[in-house]
Amino acid sequence: MTDKTMTADEVVSRLASGMTLGIGGWGSRRKPLSLVRALLRSDITDLTLVSYGGPDVGMLAAAGRVRKLVAPFVTLDSVPLEPHYRAARERGAFELTEVDEGMFMWGLRAAANRLPFLPVRAGIGSDVMRVNPGLRTVSSPYDDGETFVAMPALRLDAALVHVNRADRLGNGQYLGPDPYFDDLFCEAADAAYVSCERIVDTAELTKEAPVQSLLVKRLSVTGVVEAPGGAHFTSCAPDYGRDEDFQRLYAATPWAEFSERFLAGDEAAYRSAVRNWQEEQG
Amino acid sequence: MDVPPTDVTRSDVLRSEYCVIACAEAWRDAGEILASPMGLIPSVGARLARLTFAPDLLLTDGEAMIVRPDGTPEGWLPYRQHLALVSGGRRHVMMGASQIDRYGNQNISCIGDWARPKRQLLGVRGAPINTLNNPTSYWIPRHSRRVFVEKVDMVCGVGYDRVAEHPGTALFHRVPRVVSDLGVFDFATPDRSMRLASLHPGVTVEQVREATGFELTVPDEVPPTREPTPEELRLIREVIDPADTRRREVAV
Repeated sequence: MTDKTMTADEVVSRLASGMTLGIGGWGSRRKPLSLVRALLRSDITDLTLVSYGGPDVGMLAAAGRVRKLVAPFVTLDSVPLEPHYRAARERGAFELTEVDEGMFMWGLRAAANRLPFLPVRAGIGSDVMRVNPGLRTVSSPYDDGETFVAMPALRLDAALVHVNRADRLGNGQYLGPDPYFDDLFCEAADAAYVSCERIVDTAELTKEAPVQSLLVKRLSVTGVVEAPGGAHFTSCAPDYGRDEDFQRLYAATPWAEFSERFLAGDEAAYRSAVRNWQEEQG
Repeated sequence: MDVPPTDVTRSDVLRSEYCVIACAEAWRDAGEILASPMGLIPSVGARLARLTFAPDLLLTDGEAMIVRPDGTPEGWLPYRQHLALVSGGRRHVMMGASQIDRYGNQNISCIGDWARPKRQLLGVRGAPINTLNNPTSYWIPRHSRRVFVEKVDMVCGVGYDRVAEHPGTALFHRVPRVVSDLGVFDFATPDRSMRLASLHPGVTVEQVREATGFELTVPDEVPPTREPTPEELRLIREVIDPADTRRREVAV
């Protein structure tokens, strides 16, 4: 049995410029931000991001690491519009493949199932077709003859996800209300890296939670990183909720200033910078 | 509120409460389906409908639970199931709109040229799949020419003129109503363009025309948005939204 534990920097050392990266979570919920912060410490750039976008997209876009984004939205949830993403998009900093939430899911499913595409009743009639001239349609071969979008597989070079618990082998567990699409991201990727709040023995995983909470299977996982607070400032229920105060600060601070104060050092430096800021706030 | 129900008069009813009623009415006779309200007033409306004339409705907590109006979970609906449920059609969603045109095309993606937007907004989200699969209504808290436009910059939610070009795909397309702070609108016209269906009391046809950036069909007789019953007012004010969150969207 392979011990897949590694550090966030080791994960990043396995990534390269130009890759297509899927990032799990949804909006400002359970985003693998410690891995994103590690990525920001590297020189990796020219990325294609595939994400139900939140601050992961905002930070990487603000830092100029994104060549192309595939997403149905980018939001901070409680702050509806992601300001750093908006600024980057409005200055034309990257290419966008804008698809519907459902099309995105079926694209991941197609990739996870090694299918070239899956038919989706979405997109037709909307400007998703205009802004994605490469999208093709497919007609039902049966009597109904309905026309669908043939959503191409969203195949990923690597996936980054954050879950509540994992064992050293890569079995990942979510304890919150929604799995999001983290298992699909892992299955759609050539290599998947799972960060977690805590690494526990395999037997521990099902002691306090049902077996259905075991979301990510080790056969689709390459590396496991123990990263307490790894989703901060996004939510990671039930371990912690979204840090709304800090998210507001992130949203209101110019990127260069935010980056200098909070992202100049490693993850320990990030945590201590956040603590210092919190103490200043009283 | 200690006002006995029989004392509720028309002048007591706030615009925000007419808006709640107008949103709630979207789910009348909907049966046992999921109500997906986006926004504060639609959420109050959906819960009101569930507590009164549409008792079979399913509501969510905005996350992954299906809940009774008192918050008790009765089901699990993570995003992956929610998206599947959309295609199944047993849902009526009320979305917002940054722009909407006379045929009900909706935009929440960006303002200006999509290739280099003047203002980046949310993105298309689920509007394309919603509009092709289940009834999709819209809630617009501030009716203005900036929102009610001749042509939207990016079609996210699909309107009636667009689906007419795709009859083989748009089998389940329906935009039952658009509710704004001024009135209720539908598409019950020969060319499926927007029509003024009712005016919230206190609003004039002229006001609506003035705030609408395209020519609206206005029938000779425009009915007022219906009055809330005393029991509905009590539920809105005391049970569903005692903190008056609805005022944050409509302050009158």
